[in-house]
This record gives sequence, C-alpha cells and structure tokens, in this order.
Amino acid sequence: MSPIHDQGYRRYVGQRTPPGHAWSVIAKAGIRTLISKRAFIGLLLLSWLPFVVRSVQIYAATSLPQAAFLAPDARMFRQFLEQQEVFLFFITVYAGAGLIATDRRANALQIYLSKPLSRFEYIFGKLMILSTFLLFVTWVPAVLLLLIQIMFSGSFKFFLDNLFLFPAITVFSFIQVIAVASAMLALSSLSNSSRYVAVLYTGLIFFSQALYGIVFGVTRDSRLGWISMPANLNRIGDAIFNLPSRFQLSVVAASIAVVLLILVAGVILEKRVRGIEVVA
Amino acid sequence: MADRDPVVTLDGVTVVYGAQRALQDVTATFPAGAVGLLGPNGAGKSTMIKALLGFIVPTSGRMNVLGRNVATQPLEIRARVGYMPENDAHIPGMNAVTFVGYCGELAGLPPADAMQRAHEVLFYVGLGEARYRAVETYSTGMKQRIKLAQALVHDPDLVFLDEPTNGMDPKGRDEMLELVRDLAHNKGVNVIVSSHLLPDVEFTCDDVVVMDKGRVATAGPINSLKQPRGQVFELRVKAPDGAEAFVERLRAAGLECNATEDDVMRVFVPGESGARELFALAAAARVQVRHLRPSVPTLEDVFAKAVGVE
Repeated sequence: MSPIHDQGYRRYVGQRTPPGHAWSVIAKAGIRTLISKRAFIGLLLLSWLPFVVRSVQIYAATSLPQAAFLAPDARMFRQFLEQQEVFLFFITVYAGAGLIATDRRANALQIYLSKPLSRFEYIFGKLMILSTFLLFVTWVPAVLLLLIQIMFSGSFKFFLDNLFLFPAITVFSFIQVIAVASAMLALSSLSNSSRYVAVLYTGLIFFSQALYGIVFGVTRDSRLGWISMPANLNRIGDAIFNLPSRFQLSVVAASIAVVLLILVAGVILEKRVRGIEVVA
Repeated sequence: MADRDPVVTLDGVTVVYGAQRALQDVTATFPAGAVGLLGPNGAGKSTMIKALLGFIVPTSGRMNVLGRNVATQPLEIRARVGYMPENDAHIPGMNAVTFVGYCGELAGLPPADAMQRAHEVLFYVGLGEARYRAVETYSTGMKQRIKLAQALVHDPDLVFLDEPTNGMDPKGRDEMLELVRDLAHNKGVNVIVSSHLLPDVEFTCDDVVVMDKGRVATAGPINSLKQPRGQVFELRVKAPDGAEAFVERLRAAGLECNATEDDVMRVFVPGESGARELFALAAAARVQVRHLRPSVPTLEDVFAKAVGVE
C-alpha cells in the first residue's frame, strides 16, 4: 500500500545554479532576518543621527555666510567616521555575535556544509551580512555627506580640491569594517552562546583600550598603541585622511597589528567552521 | 548509470581521530537502490558518511560518490546528494518552509523553485500542516521529518540518512521507514540508511554493509546474505543439566547456536544433515526436544554472525 503522501514528491527538472553562489544566499537571508527586527531598525536609524547633524552643518555652512566657520574639510569627514565608531560597536555586537554561534548551537554547520558550498563561502556569506550593515553606518553616510556638500554648494569645487576624500573614506571604512567584522566572526565561532560572544567582543575592545590607557598613563608613550584595536584603527585613519596623528605609534606598526588581527581571525575561523567537531 | 552500478565506492579508506582509528582500511561498494549501513554504536557508520560528504579527510584511501572523486569534486557531489544528520540540526530563527526553501537555495535552486519544492517535500514528509511553525517548537519526531525534508528539497540522486528513526514514537517510526522505502523503491532516489536497528534496515533496504570496529564485517544483498549454507532451526528443549550445557554441546559439535529467550534457541546446522543431526546430538545428551521448527534466517542472524555477537 503506498502512503497517502505519495503525490507530494516529484523529481525536479528545473535549473540549478552551479556551486559558487551560495554565499549570496546566506548574505541575503541574514540581512533579511536582521532587518525584520524592530530593535535593529531602531539602532540603524539612531546611527544615522550624526549624518543628519552633519548635513545640517553642511547646509548652514554653504547657505549662511555667518556659519562659514562650519565649512566642511577633511577633518570633518574623519571626525564623522570616528563618531560612527560607537554605532559600529553596537551594530557589530547586535548583528555579529550570533552569526556563527547560533548556527553552532543548532548544529546548523553540518546542514550548511552538506550543501554545495565551501567553508570559505559560508564564512564569506556571514562576513557580508555584518559588513553590509557596518558599511551602511560608515561608508554610505560619509559618501552621502560628500554628495550633499556638492548639492548644497552647487559646485564641485570642494570635491575637486579634496579629490583624495572619496578614496580615503572608502579605504578607511573598508579597513575598519573588515577588521571589526572578521574579529567578531572569529569570536562568534568560538562559542555556542551569542551573549558570551558579545561579552568577549566587548572585553576585547575595552580591555585592549584600557590596557593601552594604563600603559600610556604610566609611560606617556603612545608607541604602545598597537595593543589597542581602536588605537590602531584611529592611527590608520589619521594617516589615510592625511591628518596629524594623535599617536607616536607608527602607521606601519598599526597596520601590522590590524593585519595580524585579521590573520588570527582567519586561522580561528578555519579551525572552527567545520561540518564535524572532533573532540580528541 | 545502469541500475545496479555502484553509487558509492570506498577503496582502502582509513580515518584517524587522534589515536582512535574510526575507519580501518575500508573497502566497500554501495549499489544503487536502498543500502543499509549497519553496525553497533561506534562501528564507524557516521564517520563513513561524514567522510563521503567531505567533512573529514581520510588519512588514506579513495572515495567516489556518484562517479565523482570526493577529494577533488566535493561541491559537485554535494549538489547531487542529501544528508539527514543523526543529531538535532536546523537553521535557527526560521519556520519550516523558510528553512527548507533556504536549504533548496543553498543547493542551487532558484528562489521560486526552492520555495515550491519546500512546500511539496514538507507535505511529502507529513509536515504540511505545521510548515509555518518555527522549527524550534517542533517535537523530536517532527525534527526528524524536517531533517529529511531539507535533505530532499533539491531532489538529490542519493540521500544519506543517519539514524533516521532516532527518538521517534512507534507510529512516527513506521511512517518514516515507509517514506524511506518509498523514496528508494518508487521515487528513484538512491538511499543509504545508517542504523544500528536491524528491523529498520531490513524493512527499507535491499543491500547491506555491516560495519564493526571501523571495518566492513560483511556486505551484499540482504536476501543472499540470509541464504544459509545449511539450515536454521528454532529449538526448545528440556535438558536435565540445563539448556546451557546442551548449547555448549551443540557448539562443540560445530553448530552455531544463539539462545534467544527462556529455553528457545536458534541453531544453524551447516551442510545437508539438518534436523537429523540435531536429534542425534539431543539423544546423546539425554535431552528432550519439545519443539523443532525450520526457521528463516533474519538479518539479525547475518549481523550476529558478521560481528561475532551471540
């Protein structure tokens, strides 16, 4: 006797995408899941408040002669990206902590990796989820500010006088986002609990910053800034925007520290993202 | 591919976890159709499946799935196989139809087709009415079904089912086995069922590979393995010195004897002598034969013989 559900299954004769595109499926699904959460939308909207304030500043500087002292320059764009760091932190914790940790808790890795996608694709897909939102609060508003300046002033003079600004915004935003997102993904792969990962990440940021603060307080030497992730990124940011640095730390040392952080994150992800966990 | 061409072949495969050899020089062939991967816990069944999926890289040996080399073409293989893991596994934060559709997209189906297939396979596995519920709220039996659904959504040519009836109630278990049997026998999907439950394998599969301690103990079509080179009898006796002494006497005479329960035993008599030899031995031991019935060998007999369990 054939089962009553017999009619429900038939062979598939449609098209199939060849392997190599699954990362985009992961990224799209992750982005959809996050933007369906009201709290997250609220956080995203909040992160655009500085953009509104800066837009008003640009409007005033270009429209009112009395507010000419507010005229934008490279430092304003650098300061804007620095202000966004607080939102970068909260969005990283909110969107990133559970990216791999919840998959590990639900044993989803073996589901993912039994499909035609490589571990690299899985990690890249997850990285794209976090990077999209982080770029949405750094690169996107910074570039929009540049466009708003052109719109409000009605000329390309500022843009042409500061041609390096667009590449500077782009390069710095991407370095910041890749460093932050890869660190968070690596931490997320270390645990099954997204709360624990959030605590770990907060610890990484604040502990390294506090340690640097103590060392600087004792030695008054900022060359040891490489022990702090925010200090390294700030040093690189200052160099990219061609601004005088607040640190004695060399940009090479800061860059090496950031590259090492990304490499260590890559090694952790390579070890932890597997279809099977072998406990020796 | 011809009907009985192998869908999976392993040639001298060894998998080592630290000091533990999970698979030891395994050479096996899985023909098309439904094949049981049978063995006690720790025999290496799940390790074999995970190695075939590319989750574990063997220290030596070569594996082919659907004519492709696991070491060099893992993605092409995974596009054509489905995997139902043994333990609870799902993608968190999704309802059933979204989860299964998502798995279809991951396997390369266009979004619209993946969603349509998700509805179809959820009905097929008996979760049609519950397809908009969050997977986290499912019972153990429902979670088994949805694992099967995600393995089928992209219409694989081969499905690996790792302990598919784990934790299911008797009714659910029967339905799951019916589904597995239907897939293999009516839907043209090749199935490899890993289980330590003999009845599950016997019901669903035509062939079996019996694993024990990381090695293949025996393999072949279930019907031919069950063909004895002799006769099996179900025997009940009344013995003055107890049935154990008589069992020992039978074994000493070269007969295979498995005591089942109370005073009933299953005795394999090799050759053509059959019941006559049993009666002679009973008479010599002054044992009364109360019941003697020719018996059809079961997969349990094959399994017990292969792994050396009484």
